[in-house]
Amino acid sequence: MYRSLADAIRDAEQKGISLARLALDTEAKDQGRPVEEIRAALRRALEVMRGAVERGMTGDLFSASGLVGGDAAKLRTGPAGPLAGTPFRDVLARALAVQEVNAAMGVIVAAPTAGGAGVLPAVLTGLAQARGLPDDAVIDALAVAGLIGAVVAERASLSGAEGGCQAETGAAAAMAAGAATEMLGGSPAQVGHATALALQGTLGLVCDPLGGLVELPCVFRNATGSAIALTGIELALAGVEFKIPVDEVIDVMGEIGASMDVRYRETAGGGLAATPTGRRLARERLVQIKKR
Amino acid sequence: MVSLLDIIGPVMVGPSSSHTAGACRLGLLARNLVGGTPERARIELHGSFARTGEGHGTDKAIAGGLMGFRPDDERLRDALEIAEREGLDYVFEKASLGDEAHPNTTRITLERGDRKAVMTGASLGAGRILVTEINGYNVEVSGSYHTIVLIAEDVKGSIAAIATILAEHEINIANLRLTRKERGGDAFMVIEVDDMPGEGVRDEIRALPWVRWAFRLDKVSA
Repeated sequence: MYRSLADAIRDAEQKGISLARLALDTEAKDQGRPVEEIRAALRRALEVMRGAVERGMTGDLFSASGLVGGDAAKLRTGPAGPLAGTPFRDVLARALAVQEVNAAMGVIVAAPTAGGAGVLPAVLTGLAQARGLPDDAVIDALAVAGLIGAVVAERASLSGAEGGCQAETGAAAAMAAGAATEMLGGSPAQVGHATALALQGTLGLVCDPLGGLVELPCVFRNATGSAIALTGIELALAGVEFKIPVDEVIDVMGEIGASMDVRYRETAGGGLAATPTGRRLARERLVQIKKR
Repeated sequence: MVSLLDIIGPVMVGPSSSHTAGACRLGLLARNLVGGTPERARIELHGSFARTGEGHGTDKAIAGGLMGFRPDDERLRDALEIAEREGLDYVFEKASLGDEAHPNTTRITLERGDRKAVMTGASLGAGRILVTEINGYNVEVSGSYHTIVLIAEDVKGSIAAIATILAEHEINIANLRLTRKERGGDAFMVIEVDDMPGEGVRDEIRALPWVRWAFRLDKVSA
């Protein structure tokens, strides 16, 4: 797979093909597998993503600690806010839904990780539904997301323990922004700007889950990450350009992650995990492995 | 090389690729060492596995893996109840496995009939695992390939003999590592192969007079 989004964008432009096509062809060549097989794997991923969105909307799922759950349903049935009736609110609901399923040991697609698994399904299935797009368009978008994620993995990191939450929900937002931009008709160059616009919005974001569990704030970070992805998409499709090239934004995300204090890298030593209430909740709710 | 499907995947039961999916894979690999679901399992959890394991379902994931459940199997959530029904007698213990051990390390001791095995392995993140010790021997098994592990007397031509058996079954070797504690001592061989070796291959290898024991470990990663 590519190590530079600029290279991928240039190649797609020169060949006059979409980034989805470029990503699928490159993966097929790299892995020695037919494109159809890769599309089939992505189709299965999409089915699991849709299943998680649906399961999470029922409002009866809670994590073992009870710290998270039941909130996605509130966006479906709760009082209206300024975004009521818009795809934006629906995307937020979907992000919470998938992450609540994850916290309750349901089946999800780690994309790029389990902790950031809500953003991509929320943004892609939410916007595809709003626009009435066919599954093939969403599968193409997943390929673009995979391309962006692969570049982030090569140049920076996709692990909260290595790079903070910017490397998980931040990377997920960047992937979703770029992927949805092409899905909605944006050019390869616009995909680059959308990716950069989303990622710049999460630079420096720390990984600070209570008790080290993928629950709080992870569930909500997937909602705010989705909101940031939507911002990148809206701006890029309107023609906004981000002046720092996307590869450089990815590089700096890696640099910031590497220099981040260990307290902010999934150790529960800092951030929200170390607040008085964060510590108390972790103590009260964090059940320990018992001898049997 | 990063694959697109590593990024969009794996499909897994949450909440954590390291503490749940990786833990399940460690259980799956360990199960191979006794040839099926064990009757007794002692599972020692080290570091972050011990601290946050229950909240992440690490215990359920390992027990599920020992029963043959894969990381995307929804039965993982109820694996401890299922284990009790199925007669898998398990015990989890917090342990310190040394300063050198990866934070997500487990040592799994199994019994099934007259077969016993001890395996130490770690979950490295993103669902990737590394088994570092089997029955007292240092190894490196990632579970990304079908793997044959064997202990043999240190005789000349041992590698050639094994390679011939694999070639006859049209099995391609991806990686081969040979370690021994001393010259003329037992040699430990880890052979990662592209194609699934059948029981017959393992039995042919076991039949070699200088092979003390051999296991076939099925691939546990996508």
